[in-house]
Amino acid sequence: MNLMNRLLRRSRRSEMGLLDYHRRIWLQVTVALTLIFLYAPIVTLMAFSFNDSKRNIVWRGFTFKYYEKAADNAELIEAFVNSLTIAAVSTFVSVILGALTAYVLWRFRFRGRSIFEGVTALPVVIPEICMGVALMVFFARTGFNTGNCVWPLNLSAITIAHIAFSFPFAAIVIRARLESFNRELAESAKDLGANEFQVFRDIVVPHMKPGLIAGGLLAFTLSLDDFVITFFTSGPNTLTFPVKIYSMVRFSVTPEVNAASTILIVITVIITALALRLQNRNNMLQAG
Amino acid sequence: MTSDSAENKPIIEIQNVTKIYGSDVKAVNKVSLEVNRGEFFALLGPSGCGKTTLLRMLAGFETPTEGAVIIDGQNMGDVQANRRPVNMVFQSYAVFPHMSVAQNVGYGLKIDGVSRKEIGKRTDEALELVKLGGLGGRMPDELSGGQRQRVALARALIKRPSVLLLDEPLSALDAKLREAMQLELVRLQKTVGITFVIVTHDQAEALSMANRIAVMEAGVVRQVAGPTELYENPASRFVADFIGQINMFEGTANQAGDGKVKIGTPSFGEVVLDGTATGNVAFAVRPEKVNISRSKPTDAGIIAAKGHMTDVAYYGGFSNVFVDIGAGAPVLAEVSNSTRDAGPGYTQGDEVWVSFKPSNTLLFNH
Repeated sequence: MNLMNRLLRRSRRSEMGLLDYHRRIWLQVTVALTLIFLYAPIVTLMAFSFNDSKRNIVWRGFTFKYYEKAADNAELIEAFVNSLTIAAVSTFVSVILGALTAYVLWRFRFRGRSIFEGVTALPVVIPEICMGVALMVFFARTGFNTGNCVWPLNLSAITIAHIAFSFPFAAIVIRARLESFNRELAESAKDLGANEFQVFRDIVVPHMKPGLIAGGLLAFTLSLDDFVITFFTSGPNTLTFPVKIYSMVRFSVTPEVNAASTILIVITVIITALALRLQNRNNMLQAG
Repeated sequence: MTSDSAENKPIIEIQNVTKIYGSDVKAVNKVSLEVNRGEFFALLGPSGCGKTTLLRMLAGFETPTEGAVIIDGQNMGDVQANRRPVNMVFQSYAVFPHMSVAQNVGYGLKIDGVSRKEIGKRTDEALELVKLGGLGGRMPDELSGGQRQRVALARALIKRPSVLLLDEPLSALDAKLREAMQLELVRLQKTVGITFVIVTHDQAEALSMANRIAVMEAGVVRQVAGPTELYENPASRFVADFIGQINMFEGTANQAGDGKVKIGTPSFGEVVLDGTATGNVAFAVRPEKVNISRSKPTDAGIIAAKGHMTDVAYYGGFSNVFVDIGAGAPVLAEVSNSTRDAGPGYTQGDEVWVSFKPSNTLLFNH
């Protein structure tokens, strides 16, 4: 009580406006600490990828050496290409499946709808390790062994696994977007002569678009950096980027790992920025 | 005038239509209505009276539980919304946000596979008709609310429907714009000659625009009549009360012969009116037909009572004065402020007489 009064008196004494929170020292400090906590490890990792030293401890001068080394590492490049391929296919399929799931749940009332909705959201809450083991057992029992096929078919199992855990995320995002849909828009199109499919194509999908982009972005990043599920479903001959980095780290954390990680981060940031820009433009078009 | 039988048949026939939601919620209960060709028809009622449900059954978004909807001689039983010869203007206007004004207006024609050249020509015509000429390239978020509504109108009219349905089209506009739009809708309806069916809860809107009005309450049509008939000759207490304002007085009636009825009232003494009634009755008079005077009115047969003024509400062109005559609710009188100087000339607490002619009263049996 006493402290409260003192605080109140102090804020009254200061000449700050009611909403001038950003001028308070403690708030600025909190924000700064949060940013450091979040980004210091990443910035350090990126900085040390330019470090001219075999060990990642002391700064010994600037170099691009480890980027060249990473680029020369055929296995690393192969893993990288694999990861991008898996992410691209998985994103494409996840967005379509997610959009259809979201549309069905939003548009129709049917028996068992809430159960279906719950089951769809399950992969989001199931621990990844369980999902990984389950998928591994599933592929083993069904004899779905693509590890020795030609590229890119050897990635089928991993891709299927990635689609299985990322399409529910896309569905949730798209479903949320659909909630803001004014049903009179669909009725109006129907009133003007459009059939069910034309309403979906001309009116519903354009409204979904920001959700499709956001859902796709989510699916892409989920797939690109997934380790646990990939680890359980990849054969001995199929490497993805996170799995490869993990195996490199097991020997020693060299700046080469930092360089590879930095490239991954830069790609993710660029794609995120692009997607956000697209979404903003869409939102501006849809406003009002 | 053509005597073609199709011309004289009503364009919409609603036959014994009932709509039940869930197991027993009767949104519309055994409604039968006919709308004539070229008419401006209004469905009027308080919210939840079933008027919007009825309109949606005309558009094809709801299916009647019982009964039939016939439009232009064709039973709509199996006809989907996208195949009906009607178009609708929605309450939210439902202008497609990702399409330009011209794309919005031309959408119906595009779906019908009309050539691009023809779409362009008819879109321009439609936009001209609703006074949006030259705005075809705009996006909906660059338009005002009133302009968006015009887009919705043009979009619905471009397909040349037999009937245009309007669901509370003016409720989102501000008062000034609403009045302008009322006049414009009437002008538009006369220009295109299409039958308009409008749903509204605003009785002033219905009275000023429609040729005929159906007053609905709790899923039932209470009265279908022209505006004057509805206002001056309401069929029931509900309609009298719902349309405009009215003073209602209770009394006990005795038949007096000669088609006269004597009503004993607590505040006016014995009142003699035309009509037939016995037992508990009510008679009513509209506020603008009530006179206020300082001295006792002496006209023969006039109904009068003395009271004191409780409130005066000034509205500019007229004032509403409330006079307590010692029984029931205060009497409401509308006094025209026809000179600049004094307003109604009465203040709170003044002793005044309220009076009205027997011929201006309405008699309701219970």
